[in-house]
Amino acid sequence: MARTKIYVPRETAAVSVGADEVALAIARVAKKTSTDIELIRNGSWGASWLEPLVEVEVDGTRIAYGNVTVDDVASMFESGLITGGEHERRLGPINEIPYLINQDRWTFWRCGLVNPLSIKDFELHQGFKALEKAFAEGAEAVLQAVADSGLRGRGGAGFPTGIKWRTVADAPGEQKYIACNADEGDSGTFSDRILMEGDPLGLIESMAIAGFAVGASKGYIYLRSEYPLTHSILSRAIETARDAGWLGDNIKDSGFDFDIELHLGAGSYVCGEETAMLESLEGKKGLVRYKPPLPAREGLFGKPTVVNNVVTLASVANIVNLGGERYAGMGVNRSKGTLAFQLAGNIKRGGLVEKAFGVTLRELIDDWGGGTASGRPVKAVQVGGPLGAYVPADQLDAPMDYEAFIEMGAMVGHGGIVVFDDTADMAQLARFAMEFCAIESCGKCTPCRIGSTRGVEVIDKMIGGDHKDENYDLLVDLCDTMEDASLCAMGGMTPYPVRSVLKYFAEDFASSEEK
Amino acid sequence: MARIDEQMTRDIVAQFDRKAEMLVQILQAIVSRFGWVPPETIRQLAEELNLSRADVHGVVEYYHDFRTEEPGKHIVKICQAEACQAMGSRELTEHAKKTLAIDLHNTNNDITLEPVYCLGNCACSPAVMIDGKTYGRIDESRFDALLDTMRGND
Repeated sequence: MARTKIYVPRETAAVSVGADEVALAIARVAKKTSTDIELIRNGSWGASWLEPLVEVEVDGTRIAYGNVTVDDVASMFESGLITGGEHERRLGPINEIPYLINQDRWTFWRCGLVNPLSIKDFELHQGFKALEKAFAEGAEAVLQAVADSGLRGRGGAGFPTGIKWRTVADAPGEQKYIACNADEGDSGTFSDRILMEGDPLGLIESMAIAGFAVGASKGYIYLRSEYPLTHSILSRAIETARDAGWLGDNIKDSGFDFDIELHLGAGSYVCGEETAMLESLEGKKGLVRYKPPLPAREGLFGKPTVVNNVVTLASVANIVNLGGERYAGMGVNRSKGTLAFQLAGNIKRGGLVEKAFGVTLRELIDDWGGGTASGRPVKAVQVGGPLGAYVPADQLDAPMDYEAFIEMGAMVGHGGIVVFDDTADMAQLARFAMEFCAIESCGKCTPCRIGSTRGVEVIDKMIGGDHKDENYDLLVDLCDTMEDASLCAMGGMTPYPVRSVLKYFAEDFASSEEK
Repeated sequence: MARIDEQMTRDIVAQFDRKAEMLVQILQAIVSRFGWVPPETIRQLAEELNLSRADVHGVVEYYHDFRTEEPGKHIVKICQAEACQAMGSRELTEHAKKTLAIDLHNTNNDITLEPVYCLGNCACSPAVMIDGKTYGRIDESRFDALLDTMRGND
């Protein structure tokens, strides 16, 4: 009999709730019962609420078991795990789980499916086909496909990727760079991490395509240090790709040289801002640069540089494979294609949902998320990270669309959706927005550096009931100053969550006596 | 954690080809080896990399990861960001402070307690990191059990 394949994710969320211990227990029981298994450490499918999610392959179908604990393993074997036997943890075939099959998987389709560190498995699943196609059709065809796709920067800013790449391609100079922003610091976001842990070779391929398209021979990945497991997986993937000749000089006799250097961040939130990230990559303090010059003209070490987020880059392989028009066929208005939404915080079924733009917050929170984890009503939803507005529960029918959210005074950002139930104290969350800005400000510009500290003080006075009306006006004025005069989004957008609390949850500022 | 050692520092710098542009990476390697960046290392790095001490000091001061005080043997980080707050990280932090009898950024009984702003485990909040490993779905009893395991490994 052939060896039975059993999959246990090696991905931060799964491991954080016991996947390593479950994998060990499976290996131990298999040995004890002389069961011939091949244990594969895949990435996560993104259904984090089901982790650790164990799968066993039976006649080509993968049968899933959810929320498996070490204590379940022996009984799972006894009830016929190897043949996909019944068990209270059994969920059925992975490709019948509604949470997963109702998605539009374009960028994340290999996550969970493949062994992230196997070149062979990667190649069996379209791996490097897009890079080969790029070599065959030329840089111009890639630039055109990316422009046609309507892809925009998934890090949050939403800048058209095609224009950025074209600018770098047209910029004069021998040395150009690809800088992949993997400094995923926004609370409520983890899509970059799931991609890098579940399909690191996919990111490497897309970076090579970017390099080929714009004429860059070197790529950097700037990975946040809070992701140690990601670092270990990504470093091995880079070595693996290099050993297989997919990175290095004259890749597969194409005449194209490309290699990737992996850098670690050091706990600074601002280094997720593109110019601060470039400073950090140069070994300096993460101080934001003035723009212009744009990084596309003068970026890393002063050379033309494509700075893209992980998900932006990783979306490109399929755009090259399947065509830009196909990607642009999904989505709404100027928000083309898909976004990896991340359901987080007080949510019953948290995880990653890749869906075409146009899906509503309510659909994501109710249909996928199943409402709050506490079972209490939703009070507020923070979309787009710590600089995003708090959307009140009666505005959840807005379709996800960059421009529609801007009109609402909110932002789609990196697609993080953090849910709060009715016990949340919104005044404290407004205070936290200012406090976080004070902790993380790079200090280069005054509105951000000083304004955030003053913001905390003013909010404390309001909460304490000290001259509430005057301090309200002062806070609004401070928000205006920060928004208009800060150098980057850190100080410039910290007012967004604060203003949204003032607008929709003003009653939370009532002092304790008033409450 | 290894004790601060000039030769080890020199070796780390050599691993990065003694390039000043690798300073953040060098400091990251130093912290993962020694746990912190002492003043004498700042001086040594400035010499090795042909930078001013102010340059190196500035970079060390800027990044949260580059501690300038020696930490305890164990480092416990509790996520303070919004998604974890939505699931009770403020209460968890208070519990941790009480249990360990320390404030954030302090060390007691060889344990250092630090805040962290997002571990990217926001679908399994609240999250903590203990000695470099991330744990999710933490309540007070699971936190206490993790501390017991950590101490048991000593």
